[in-house]
Amino acid sequence: MDFSEQELKTAYRTMRHMRNFDEIGRREFMAGTLPGFMHMYCGEEAIGAGVCAHLSDEDYIASTHRGHGHCIAKGCAIEDMALEIFCRQDGLCHGKGGSMHIADLKKGMLGANAIVGGSAPLAVGAALTAKTRGTDKVSIAFIGDGASNQGTVFEAMNLAVVLKLPAIFVYENNGYAEMTGVDYHCGSGDIAARAGAFGMPAHKVDGTDYFAVYEAMAEATQHARSGKGPVSIECIAPRWYGHFEGDPQSYRTKEEIADLEKNRDPILLFRDRVIAETGLTQSDFDAIDAESLEHVEKAMAAAKAAPQPEPADLLTDVYEVYD
Amino acid sequence: MPQMTMREAINHAMRLEMRRDPEVILIGEDVAGGRGCPVDDVEAAGGVMGVTAGLFNEFGEARVIDTPITESAIMGAAAGAALTGMRPIAELMFADFFGVCFDQLYNQAAKFRYMFGGQQGAAMVVRTMIGAGMGSGPQHSQAIYPIFAHIPGLKVVLPSCAYDAKGLLIQSIRDNDPVIFCEHKMLYGDKDEVPEESYQIPLGQARVVREGSDVTVVALGRMVKLAVEAAEALEEKGISTAVIDPRTISPLDVDTILDSVEETGRVVVVDEATPMCSMASEIASMIVSDGFSSLRAPVKKVTAPHTPVPASPVLEAEYAPTAARISAAIESVYAYR
Ligand SMILES: Cc1ncc(C[n+]2csc(CCOP(=O)(O)OP(=O)(O)O)c2C)c(N)n1
Ligand SMILES: [Mg+2]
Repeated sequence: MDFSEQELKTAYRTMRHMRNFDEIGRREFMAGTLPGFMHMYCGEEAIGAGVCAHLSDEDYIASTHRGHGHCIAKGCAIEDMALEIFCRQDGLCHGKGGSMHIADLKKGMLGANAIVGGSAPLAVGAALTAKTRGTDKVSIAFIGDGASNQGTVFEAMNLAVVLKLPAIFVYENNGYAEMTGVDYHCGSGDIAARAGAFGMPAHKVDGTDYFAVYEAMAEATQHARSGKGPVSIECIAPRWYGHFEGDPQSYRTKEEIADLEKNRDPILLFRDRVIAETGLTQSDFDAIDAESLEHVEKAMAAAKAAPQPEPADLLTDVYEVYD
Repeated sequence: MPQMTMREAINHAMRLEMRRDPEVILIGEDVAGGRGCPVDDVEAAGGVMGVTAGLFNEFGEARVIDTPITESAIMGAAAGAALTGMRPIAELMFADFFGVCFDQLYNQAAKFRYMFGGQQGAAMVVRTMIGAGMGSGPQHSQAIYPIFAHIPGLKVVLPSCAYDAKGLLIQSIRDNDPVIFCEHKMLYGDKDEVPEESYQIPLGQARVVREGSDVTVVALGRMVKLAVEAAEALEEKGISTAVIDPRTISPLDVDTILDSVEETGRVVVVDEATPMCSMASEIASMIVSDGFSSLRAPVKKVTAPHTPVPASPVLEAEYAPTAARISAAIESVYAYR
């Protein structure tokens, strides 16, 4: 395996953080302590982790409503994210954005996004910054299978090809757009082929396989950083939970979900393969599990206890309020 | 008379119209739900808020049409179908998403009748969800209907109770112009006496929710019940407050408002939308222009501030007007000498 033990541990920790963040978030949401919506990334962790492993703070990502995993992979502090999903005063967006709008510009994280398809044009804009300034930075748009049908996404892909921008369109095909299946909503059924038809290299990989995502992204970043223009990668990784917490998922079978948790858990798949192919052992991973759980629990507890925004905060960060 | 929630009343209105007129179709995201899924349990779905539940089962896939996430095409398809004689109801899940698809509405559908010399308007309804209160954040909570009212050719409906919602929606479906039908997400569960049978409420006819002789409150959408709450509380202090619900903001029933102002001379306009270029300012301006001689105090506006809607529930609670803020405004115009 072409990875150092450190790299493998980091990748695993990132995915475990994502899982813990959403599972604990889910627990809090169900207990009524978390406001707004909670979109779980469980089952899709290898995508965010495999993609962002190739990025530095100076590269950009534009995310989606299902953005917690992307934030963690891009290096946002879990403490600050936790404060934001609890909408606390010291959160990354001071509680004004919440779960669907976590942004951390210092980390090149250009925002989760509650408008489906909103990420792609923004990522193209950041790619334009990179190209105009003559840097080798890249800009990633995370796009759901449902979002892949938006006009904004098609326009963004074409513009990126026309301007030869260092943009990478990462499609997270989790099988569903809310309660509609991809076989129904995506006419051609092949998101990668559709992206390729815009005139860019288009990969399709198993999004539950960290290494497959990593490899595709290695090629994509090399292409984009060397000025050859955009790339797209379709990652297939089925959604485990409902569209958001509280979705009863009557449109799915219990067997499908149980099978995913048993056989398509990206974290377990990673762990099994690494143990089989390297010197890392179960106890190495168990240690990371324990450490991650403690870290995330602590961050969430601290966030829950942190102060709410003050009423006067309502009127800050606008140039004029006309009240 | 049966009790219905606003959710049920809206569902019922669509059902009755779809039974009556085969050219009424429903198109939007997850209006059926379950398409292309392992279990086609569409009866349980019917939109993220369950407003269209059961319509797919009754009318089938030819008339209850789930789309990909593709708002521009939804609006355009509705406009094109309307131009060719159908009566589509397009559902835009959250009004915030108009940002993605406005062209097909305001440059296309809204202008057909005028621009094509009166040949045909777009007899379409866009049902959409508005408003703050669920902690849904800046891109899922806006009350952006004043933007629609600004555009000639669009009609804009803003029901405040289940009874009105049913009658106004049936009327909107039969109307020959494009109607934006704004459903407040915090009102879906509110119950009311609603007749089983079909009935229509004309567009452009306000409802006097409460008579009163000292102060007139004009309130929109979810603000109506808060205004009534404030008015009832002030009754004890001897202030008699009329509450008027315009029900449709375009066309706007100015006469009913002016009649009340003639009696009271004191006005508070309450709206959840932001204050600049708003319905609140428009209504205030009409009263000042056409009812100036009746006025005994400056017209007062109670609105959201000129900010996006914050995600924090603590800040969101400060954002939209409350009964307490409305009461304070009523008292201040009442006390004005
Ligand atoms: C413009 C717009 N249309 C519709 C929605 C409502 N909505 C939120 S998420 C979602 C499904 C998105 O599906 P997909 O892109 O596959 O992402 P996933 O939720 O599966 O991660 C929809 C329809 C929205 N937020 N924005
Ligand atoms: Mg999806």
